[in-house]
Amino acid sequence: MTPEELKNISVAKSVDARGTACPGPLLEAKKAIGTISTGDIMEVLSADEGTKVDIPKWCTKQGHEYLGTVEESGYYKIFLRKK
Amino acid sequence: MQEDINKTLSQLQSEIDSLKEKIVSLESTKKDQLSIALVSGDLDKILAAMVISLAAAALDTQVKLFFSFWSLSALRDRRKKAKGKDFISRMFGLMLPNGKNKLKLSKMNMAGMGPMMINYLMKKQGVLSLEKMFSEAAGLGIEITVCEMSMNLMGFKKEEMIDYPNLRFAGATTFVAEANESSIQLFI
Repeated sequence: MTPEELKNISVAKSVDARGTACPGPLLEAKKAIGTISTGDIMEVLSADEGTKVDIPKWCTKQGHEYLGTVEESGYYKIFLRKK
Repeated sequence: MQEDINKTLSQLQSEIDSLKEKIVSLESTKKDQLSIALVSGDLDKILAAMVISLAAAALDTQVKLFFSFWSLSALRDRRKKAKGKDFISRMFGLMLPNGKNKLKLSKMNMAGMGPMMINYLMKKQGVLSLEKMFSEAAGLGIEITVCEMSMNLMGFKKEEMIDYPNLRFAGATTFVAEANESSIQLFI
């Protein structure tokens, strides 16, 4: 998905993990994914640059669809769709 | 010509079949599981082990930690006291770090200044504290096995180990048997 599409996407769940470093964002994403339904979109906010590499790997392993990352000032918004 | 092709095809077929068999046997023996043998009691190494374990657990990989020798210091509960220790055990107990908040760094320990600085930086940068990592680990079902032999050797007792839901006491055989099933094995 293009950054423009992602910016306008409506998310079922937003996980703000900006206050935590690796592996915190992943743990929060894991907890949050259980609260949404299949097909729902979730965004993870992280200030940790490693997260934008880690989340796609997590998606590949878990079967979720990684949609893309948008860079904001000082943090990243990472989007995925639950399988 | 046709005969040659048929021969090659049947050879390929039999190779594919034997590869399939191998894959099946590999899949059936290797679980999505991480086994770590911890020996070091250095703060940095325990931290590394816990970060890797939590990342694995976030990926739904089953994690099994085997604590032995110096790493057992990290599992001591400062508030608990054990009775009936002999002189050497008491000395060991006094000289070794009493719990995960007393661990030393493998480098730049500087009489405790190093760990203080690391803890300060970890807090500042939002890295989970070791205390929090253990509680997250417990919540994610990470299993901890205490090597009973080295626990006795170091003069520690069961009753001074931390409260942890998946804590058990076993021997090296347990580690080897479980590590054999794991797709990842680490030694820290």
